Amino acid sequence: MASGDVWILGIHMTKFGKRPDDDIIDLAAEAAMAALKDAGVTMADIGVLAAGNLMNAQAGIGQQLQKQIGQTGIPVYNVANACATGATALRTAIMAVKAGETDFGLAVGVEKLSGAGLLTGGSRKADADEWTPSGRYGAVAGVDGRIGTEIMPGVFAQVGMEYSHKYGGADFELFARISEKNHSHSTLNPLAAYTKKMSLEEIMGDIMIAYPNTRPMCSANCDGAAAAVVVSDAKLQTLDPDQRRRAIKVSASVLTSDPWQEACQVLPDVNTLTRMAATQAYEQAGVSPEDLDLVELHDCFATAELVHYDNLMLCPEGEAVPFFESGATWRDGSTPVNVSGGLESKGHPIAATGIANIWEVCHHLRGEAGDRQIEGAKVGLAHVIGLGSACGVHILEKAA
Amino acid sequence: MSNDTEPAELEQANRVIPFVDYLALEPEPHLVANECTSCGARFFDRRNACASCFATEFTKVPVSTEGELRSFTIVAFAAPGIPVPFVAGIIDCDGTSVRGNVINVEPDAEHVQLGMKVRLTTVPIGEDTAGTEAVNFAFEPLEGAA
Repeated sequence: MASGDVWILGIHMTKFGKRPDDDIIDLAAEAAMAALKDAGVTMADIGVLAAGNLMNAQAGIGQQLQKQIGQTGIPVYNVANACATGATALRTAIMAVKAGETDFGLAVGVEKLSGAGLLTGGSRKADADEWTPSGRYGAVAGVDGRIGTEIMPGVFAQVGMEYSHKYGGADFELFARISEKNHSHSTLNPLAAYTKKMSLEEIMGDIMIAYPNTRPMCSANCDGAAAAVVVSDAKLQTLDPDQRRRAIKVSASVLTSDPWQEACQVLPDVNTLTRMAATQAYEQAGVSPEDLDLVELHDCFATAELVHYDNLMLCPEGEAVPFFESGATWRDGSTPVNVSGGLESKGHPIAATGIANIWEVCHHLRGEAGDRQIEGAKVGLAHVIGLGSACGVHILEKAA
Repeated sequence: MSNDTEPAELEQANRVIPFVDYLALEPEPHLVANECTSCGARFFDRRNACASCFATEFTKVPVSTEGELRSFTIVAFAAPGIPVPFVAGIIDCDGTSVRGNVINVEPDAEHVQLGMKVRLTTVPIGEDTAGTEAVNFAFEPLEGAA
């Protein structure tokens, strides 16, 4: 009896890092063709394509990709949703399958970001000759650096420091130790942009970007792509046993935006919408946080990882610090977090991230993660957040 | 440049304007929020409707000029032209959250403390070619402030 479930049939992540010889479409094509091959299908089977790319959101990356790998006339959705772009693309394909429009969907996320520097606040317009109020705040000149900060390392530093103020216990060293964990994990991931183990002293002594985030505590700008083929449950049951065996069930696919909160106009509230998404996802999947064998969460900065332990309810409210200090989130802990190395070392090619984290989880659930395999992994969660804000949470389960 | 100044512009010399609409310089510098008359949600920007309850009536309300530093970062790396390091903070002004720089304090983790009491102050941004001076707001520690 077919259920309404949707499955990941094939998935691929390219090597992240500097890819100077590949353009955006090369990377997207590499990921998409490998995902199709992994799924055992071709473009002729695919009934919907969702393509995510943030930095060239108006370029029609989906159609450009079709022109290189297969133009079949199917609907294409070009999506942009900040750092949740990849998860949004995947969810778009899932929704089309759930709606019964097609049995097979393809989602791709791709970004070229090597050497991009600060993504916001990286430049401030020179002041005009005359002070002229403009915009919704009537500011007479650029506000970055004059009314707080707009750079992401600074915004997320404040997110972590706010948690510290609320619950205590989180200081520069604690945040640096989270980064130490992720850099340590990355040594086992050959697809990560950076695979160098870093000591606490090296991390704390590196270039300060926005206290308490030093450079290795920030996500790494790099190039990369990831793609996934999704399939309906009914169709999956007609496929061959090898395809069925490796298929991963999408037990929950949730996307939220930020509900209004008092302070959200001055500091983006990344907490409430993540908690909402997690709550919905656990309910959809019938899974509780204790059931998770691994979690890939959005550590765009070390300061962000801490608050998401709490937001994803991996620990009791307010107890993210003792939870981390217990060793729970190291790869040999009770809830391994970011065994891929996380965005701080694997890298963060924005639109690819929300599919690459699902690839990581699937890799473990399929038992194909090699040296970094979390033994016996059956259930995993992947989380992304894009400022503005959008939060994607997916819960994935091994075929029974 | 000043040699070319037209007489009409000279008359405007020494005019002082706030850096943003929500800063009022008189009688004493303070911030002004758009408060939803229906639910009390406060906003600093020009509004179409209330993001909390969707109502469309707002009233101007003064925001407390004293508050507590609820979060901060010390920005050490920023766009060219932005002096670093500087302290960016989130200040709880008696229930209304405000984003602003924290000044008149050493920009290091020993001197900037979560929970420290701060008060609103003003910072001149400079004069434009017409001689108009823009004045911004920031916060400074309540203890030991000049």
